[in-house]
Amino acid sequence: MARKRAIDPGEAVGILSAQSIGEPGTQMTMRTFHYAGVAEQVPTGLPRLIEIVDVRRTPKKPTMEIYLTKEYSKNEESAKKIAEEIEEVSLGKIAEIRENFARKEIEIIPDEEGLKEQGLTRGDIVKKVKKTVSGSIREEGNSIVITPKTTLLRSVRRTTNKLRTLHIKGINGISRVVVLKGDGEYYIRTGGTNFEEVLKWKGVDSDRSYTNNIKEVEKVLGIEAGRNAIIKEAKQVLDMQKLDVDTRHIMLLADAMTMNGEIKPVGRHGLSGEKVSILARAAFEETIKHLIAAAVKSDEDRLLGVTENVIVGQEVPVGTGTVKLAMKMGKK
Amino acid sequence: MGLADFRLSHFLVPKHDVLAKSRREELLSSLGVDENKLPKIKITDPQVKLLDAKVGDIIKITRKDPTRENTYYRLVVK
Repeated sequence: MARKRAIDPGEAVGILSAQSIGEPGTQMTMRTFHYAGVAEQVPTGLPRLIEIVDVRRTPKKPTMEIYLTKEYSKNEESAKKIAEEIEEVSLGKIAEIRENFARKEIEIIPDEEGLKEQGLTRGDIVKKVKKTVSGSIREEGNSIVITPKTTLLRSVRRTTNKLRTLHIKGINGISRVVVLKGDGEYYIRTGGTNFEEVLKWKGVDSDRSYTNNIKEVEKVLGIEAGRNAIIKEAKQVLDMQKLDVDTRHIMLLADAMTMNGEIKPVGRHGLSGEKVSILARAAFEETIKHLIAAAVKSDEDRLLGVTENVIVGQEVPVGTGTVKLAMKMGKK
Repeated sequence: MGLADFRLSHFLVPKHDVLAKSRREELLSSLGVDENKLPKIKITDPQVKLLDAKVGDIIKITRKDPTRENTYYRLVVK
């Protein structure tokens, strides 16, 4: 059955895909979408589709969906506990940091309530601070006072900034966590991603957890997983807008983007910009740059692709144009 | 649980295998291309590392695509 519907040899599938994704794309609104319960706006629609196709290193709103193993996913308490463990807490978040330039000291005033919420003690902070700062540290009543070794104003400022971002607990990059319920289990949605660390975390279901940062998926799980992530993300955008695009078009797009062993963007700096043919590149963008560069290097265009043959007015190697005829002469 | 575990079992990762040397010719002639025309996979790719494949090997990938199961081949490159 599938054989009957198979595509003909030489069919211009790339053009078909481009048009099939592009046409409904024009109908896509710029409307941004809110996830229920999260104070986080993830770009959807056209902006997100552009982001996927351009393979930005970090998406505008990186986010993860973290699923938990059976022991933790069944009740809210245990899910919340893991969420708390994972959330990155920097010193600036749970304490006030003051510089005293007159006495060349830095004062850290921990927020008692914040500490309790995070399940931390002042001792934890003192320990962490001791590791990063050189100089004497003493506890004065409620606060921790540091006298840095070097007392240059500039270095005091530098130390303060370092203290503010000092990592106290959690996973680097996970800035917000929300526990949500779906399909009879609790899972965590985050702001910020750190795919590898989260997958290694105890209690996290490493088979189902997911990040929307495609580059990160590629780095941690490989090119094929990256391809699947492209398909999943692109499909999700189109589905959300109720646009019915055949998955095979997106699969072709993802295959083209992953051809060379790493995920390449589609535009000027990727697929279109790296075509072999000079004329094809010149026809796309930066026409003069490509023509001059080719002239200087006395490059050659073998006229093997479609675009360049359209330009010179020859038969295009597509469909019936891909077939060459040869005839055996003489002998019978 | 080692790192290797989730890299193999994650839902985004299809099955990767090294294609046996004896089956190379058969594959390439059935596709009608030489190996350099195959899609590539980097030697630094996590999956290639797990398989301990060498540059020039062909990796057979069994994909579970939304439409059906497909086999795909990639050549290991630097």
